[in-house]
Amino acid sequence: MKAIVNVSLKAGVLDSQGKAVHHALDSLHFNNVSDVRVGKQIILKLDETDETKAMADVTKMCEDLLANTVIEDYEIELVQ
Amino acid sequence: MKVAILQFPGTNCEYDTQHAFEALGATTEIVWHKSETIPGDTDLLVVAGGFSYGDYLRSGAIAKFSPVMKAVSAYAKNGGKVLGICNGFQVLTEAGLLPGALKRNEHLHFISKHHHLKVLNNDNVFLEKLSKNDVVNIPIAHHDGNYYIDEKGLSELYANNQVLLHYTDAEGNIKNPNGSIDSIAGICNKEKNVFGLMPHPERAMESLLGSDDGVKMLQGFLSA
Repeated sequence: MKAIVNVSLKAGVLDSQGKAVHHALDSLHFNNVSDVRVGKQIILKLDETDETKAMADVTKMCEDLLANTVIEDYEIELVQ
Repeated sequence: MKVAILQFPGTNCEYDTQHAFEALGATTEIVWHKSETIPGDTDLLVVAGGFSYGDYLRSGAIAKFSPVMKAVSAYAKNGGKVLGICNGFQVLTEAGLLPGALKRNEHLHFISKHHHLKVLNNDNVFLEKLSKNDVVNIPIAHHDGNYYIDEKGLSELYANNQVLLHYTDAEGNIKNPNGSIDSIAGICNKEKNVFGLMPHPERAMESLLGSDDGVKMLQGFLSA
């Protein structure tokens, strides 16, 4: 199965890249955008069939390495 | 006085750091990150600047799992003195040896220039040669130097005199180059044996090259 991990800055932590992209969209006249957050996506191919085990493993990977939980949140999506 | 200097793939300030400490009379040894031990006679361990592992994923994120980092943690927890400069500061926050994190600079630029810093606290071995409110001129060179810590963490830092340096102008007024919370340029841990700063004191050793204020900073470690 595949695990799709989305990492982004926590709400309340200023996202400078999101702000810059927002500015750029504004200057392209996309004036209906109220907020932009830039994150990163990490796609893992797992040799695992047990979803519970996969979720536990990927959560540990996020806590240990994939995200810095001082400033970032992560979301995990498992895809068969 | 023996200074051990860590070298990861992508570290690029290890020789400047070595030169700076040797000029001050210390003996030095560069320690490759695959080493599982650090020299037994180490008096100060420096995590030098650069771009360990190409800053992949996040600055310092991958270096924290290098074999040598277990020895670094043990050394620090045992009271050993550790100094992280620039990428070294990022590595120490990622490794949990210093609180907070370093984010991308607020205006997204890589900043490379001399900047003034004001000493907030000198009740520690690092800055004891300086006085409170002294202003030093030290180069900065970073992309991810935007220090962040949550409100609770920030008030703890101030309560324990852990905020060491603020970015300022030459008169000591706050001047924030990178968006760091409260314009913080350097901190230490609660026990005051682990230090981290984004500016490069090892690049400010000769007045001919712009500033020798780094001498006063690094000298603190030598008299200890």
